[in-house]
Amino acid sequence: MSASIVHQESQPVAAPPTTGLRERPWLRFSLRRLGGLVLSFVLLVGVTFVIVPLIPGDPAIAAAGQEASGAQIEYIREELGLDQPLYGQFLDYVGGLFTLDLGTSFTSGEDVASVILARLPFTAELAVLAISLVLIISVPVGMLVAYLTHGGRRPWLDHLFNFVTSLVYSVPQYVMATLLVVVFAVGLGLFPAAGAENLSSLVLPTLALMLLPTCVVSRVVRRETAVVLDQDYIRTARGWRIGQVRLFGRYVLPNVITTTLTLSGLILAAQLGGAIVIETVFAWPGLGQGIVDAILSRDYPVIRGTILILGLMATVIIILVDVILAIIDPRTMEAEA
Amino acid sequence: MNSLKRGGLWTPSMMGGLLLGLCLLILAVVAPVMLSTPASELTGQAGQDPSADHLLGTDNLGRDNLARALVATRLTLLMTAGATILAVVGGMVVGVGIWLSSPRVRKIALRFLETAVAYPSLIFALVIAAILRPGVVSSVVAIGIAGIPSFARLTANLAAKISTSEYVTTARLLGVRPSAIAARHILPNMAEPLLILATTVFALSLVELSALSFIGLGVQSPSYDFGLLLNESLTQIYTQPTSVVGPSVMIVLTGLAAMLLGDALAARANPRASRRAVRRPFTPAVAEIPDRDTALVRVENLRVSVPGGADLVRGVSLTIEPGEVVALVGESGSGKSLTSMSVAGLQAEELEVQADVLRVDDMNMLGQPDRSRLGREISVIYQDPGSTFNPSLRMGVQLTEVLRTHLGMGRRRARKLITEALAQVNISEPAHRLRQHPHKLSGGMRQRGMIATTLVTTPKLIVADEPTTALDVTVQHEVLRQFRRIHRTQGTAMLFVSHDLGVVEALCDRILVMKEGEIVEHLTPAQLKSHDVRHPYTKALMEAVPVVDVSPRVTAPQESL
Amino acid sequence: MTAEAANQVPMDIDTTPPLETRGLYVSFGHTSVLRDVDITVPAHTVVGLVGESGSGKSTLGKTVVGINKPREGQVLVHGEDVFSVGKRRRATMRRQVQYIPQDPFSTLSPRRTVGQTLAEALDPRRAKPSDHEQAIARALEQVRLDANVVEKYPYQFSGGQRQRIAIARALILQPRLIIADEITSALDVSVQAEILKLLRSLESTIEASMLFISHNLAVVQTLCEYVAVMHQGVIVEQGKVDDVYRDPQHEYTRRLLASVPGSEGFSLD
Repeated sequence: MSASIVHQESQPVAAPPTTGLRERPWLRFSLRRLGGLVLSFVLLVGVTFVIVPLIPGDPAIAAAGQEASGAQIEYIREELGLDQPLYGQFLDYVGGLFTLDLGTSFTSGEDVASVILARLPFTAELAVLAISLVLIISVPVGMLVAYLTHGGRRPWLDHLFNFVTSLVYSVPQYVMATLLVVVFAVGLGLFPAAGAENLSSLVLPTLALMLLPTCVVSRVVRRETAVVLDQDYIRTARGWRIGQVRLFGRYVLPNVITTTLTLSGLILAAQLGGAIVIETVFAWPGLGQGIVDAILSRDYPVIRGTILILGLMATVIIILVDVILAIIDPRTMEAEA
Repeated sequence: MNSLKRGGLWTPSMMGGLLLGLCLLILAVVAPVMLSTPASELTGQAGQDPSADHLLGTDNLGRDNLARALVATRLTLLMTAGATILAVVGGMVVGVGIWLSSPRVRKIALRFLETAVAYPSLIFALVIAAILRPGVVSSVVAIGIAGIPSFARLTANLAAKISTSEYVTTARLLGVRPSAIAARHILPNMAEPLLILATTVFALSLVELSALSFIGLGVQSPSYDFGLLLNESLTQIYTQPTSVVGPSVMIVLTGLAAMLLGDALAARANPRASRRAVRRPFTPAVAEIPDRDTALVRVENLRVSVPGGADLVRGVSLTIEPGEVVALVGESGSGKSLTSMSVAGLQAEELEVQADVLRVDDMNMLGQPDRSRLGREISVIYQDPGSTFNPSLRMGVQLTEVLRTHLGMGRRRARKLITEALAQVNISEPAHRLRQHPHKLSGGMRQRGMIATTLVTTPKLIVADEPTTALDVTVQHEVLRQFRRIHRTQGTAMLFVSHDLGVVEALCDRILVMKEGEIVEHLTPAQLKSHDVRHPYTKALMEAVPVVDVSPRVTAPQESL
Repeated sequence: MTAEAANQVPMDIDTTPPLETRGLYVSFGHTSVLRDVDITVPAHTVVGLVGESGSGKSTLGKTVVGINKPREGQVLVHGEDVFSVGKRRRATMRRQVQYIPQDPFSTLSPRRTVGQTLAEALDPRRAKPSDHEQAIARALEQVRLDANVVEKYPYQFSGGQRQRIAIARALILQPRLIIADEITSALDVSVQAEILKLLRSLESTIEASMLFISHNLAVVQTLCEYVAVMHQGVIVEQGKVDDVYRDPQHEYTRRLLASVPGSEGFSLD
């Protein structure tokens, strides 16, 4: 675990030399982001430690099985370190983090880190694929609709766009997932309904995960584009009589992308939550399934580890977006200084 | 559509949302009373396909799927409302609390919230729900609490934004206590955005509550909400796909109602979004063959109007000879900017422009003149409130735009010429400036940069719309000098828009005074200087403008400073 | 030209000046915005404070009313240092100094009627217009507004009318000192002229002195008796307006005056 933090640490700090370290805002910016990351992580460690044992039910019994004798349970309790006082458990936990030791699963006895590592790629695959498709589709669509309806033109398109996106937006991802299964797997039999055997089994989960954010992001892109089109600097660029393609590509897009990326970061982070449900529907062997199983079997170390990893991923995504934004638009960074 | 114009409240979204919401409410009240038997009675008719008796079939215990979906409305709505209230009230209390606390606490709390918001709220809710043992109440509490951070952050941000406004500052100076400021000024002004947000929270809570039930950690049988119904139907999806329909449709309809209401409220709050779409009749170009007169710009009977609305410019006629500097002066709303933008062919899309003649050189500005010629022959310089240049592009890209697009220059050559031109308008380190982003330059530098481009493109006409208004006097002085220089060295004609009589008197050859969309008087700088004006409006305007008087006064005591 | 050479504004012997600053320093982070500022606003006088953006003139106004804290130096209101008295006393003193901000569109709370806004100034606790009908009516009369505006909301007024309401809010407490921070800058010239006319007429009817902050040298000359010129956080020159304008001592003042279109020495060549 500590290794991955150090890795993150070096990234933002190492980036500036390419642009030259003479601009001090970069340093400040990197340090702040780093501070944010460390703070989030400390919070996560604290919160997960305190909150997880509050889950009702005795993990020792859960691990030993319902028929185990009292002695067996006590033995397991000792084995799992559950007989120690709370601060002792906490020190063990934190100490373990520094050696990448997240403990062993109560139920399977496996190393938690390897349990998570086995599941992580599946969730990451799904989330990254979905968000890429979301951006590829919604940015052009949103900009196009904004352009076509700017200044009150084509009111029908305005209404159509609003209606379609609202409609899809009102369909929760698991409902979408279920409907997709009914239509494409059960009805048409085009794609498998569950599992992660081959590429075709990726289709439905990805679709289920991406449709809603596509609507959200294209609405945002459309709104932001409309705002940008009313800006003074677009008027200036119009005064230079540059073509529409260049106007949109060079003058509108960079300013739309900042908001879009900020939002996408949040959505990608939220996707990690959405993935839980989607994974349940499609029996996708990712972290989401893992945490639901772990909660049901009160497997503290796995719950903790997964929450920690998901939280860390969410934070890293948001920080990454911040860094990309700062590169695109240095003002965001200097505003802090 | 037109009948809805008045009021603005009864948009299709608003009506649709309210109607749908009302139906769901009625359903929530009535369904559990009327349909409890088919929804809960176990019968032998398990897993039946849709039929006249059971429109959506029955589940594996023989209960009617449709009835169950309708009955579940009550519990789902109650739970969603509960979670929403928890999130909204909790969020507001925390948000306002953060705003009221000391700066140090505020900073830490906001950081904490930011971390919390980044965390997927569903996972957070999942853990809380697991701690509290799955059930109706714990789901509501879990989703409600999970929704608090984002609502709190938005409340705190809104409060922070409102608290920088001058009325809050003034209230604070008057000694109004923070709690009273929050109650009188902050909360009332936040109400609208928060209400809109609350509808979003409602939609989100619905989705997440159902999700919780759906994965088995929410509502437990024998109670049921939409999520649990969906969960149950998933197990029999191959044998009976229709069982999915009921809960799915109900979730979507409920979400849609919240969405529509939120949209309608947001549109009402944001005048930009509610700008009415008006079909603009395209004005065909007036087929006026360029006459043989010497004028570079000829405008006859120019009218600019909001389609179906007010006339903003009412029959303006003017000419500009080659090399002549003509000023348009007037107060805000006089139509001077609209006139100048129409001459430049850059009128706003939603406005209608008509004229008997509107030409620059031999280009008919009512038609669609060649873009490249427009770019080369007319330069436009706007007021600089810091937003005339694209903030995300370096100055070099923007200043060389016309050279590269319309004069076909390569990047290197365009940069070289612009660098030289910048030096000519007294900008220090010109090469370095080109690599900078606009916000690094002062307003005066940006305006001089804009003027510098005309040194290279040598347009026939410069249209300048209040180019020095946002600048300090000493900076304005320098920028005006550069305008004069361009005029002297290149003989460029200018249409110079300003509200400042002193500025136009110093720079321009002829001055046109505008009022309410019409030109009321033509003046020479000499006439202006000697106050030789006829029209009462011009007289009033001149009287209204205070001038610096440094003439020695006989009565003034000669005190030394 | 040194700071000492700049004369103190002469003051009436028998009245303590409503405002006096001594050796005032204000910094934001590491940048000092005001450096060694001494300014006096005598009783029954309008003093202009001119300078360009970033000169620190607004900061000075805000420091006087307590929005900014000085790093060093004193702000004396009627002879008493605002920053060294107790909290309660300071609160009372604050009410004797009223601040009118620049932007007519954010100076009034959008969800409060004019009556509520004015009542809040009189009585921050209850803010009930019905408690103070007479005082409100008098303040509105002073700014030439109809008495029936008390029920109206800010959006029903033009920019000039809003500034009038803001002035009424300042007047209603019968302060010793009014800080007017660029209050006519956002207005059209004809509206500005009306506000200036109003302010001039008030000079004879109210007790308060005014520190009139503006970037417009001509406006300052029409309204003020004295002027102080700020440049980069320092008051470079102060004195009677006519004297300073006619015979500027500091290089910066000369440059500033020569930049005003239409003034003597203004040239574009």
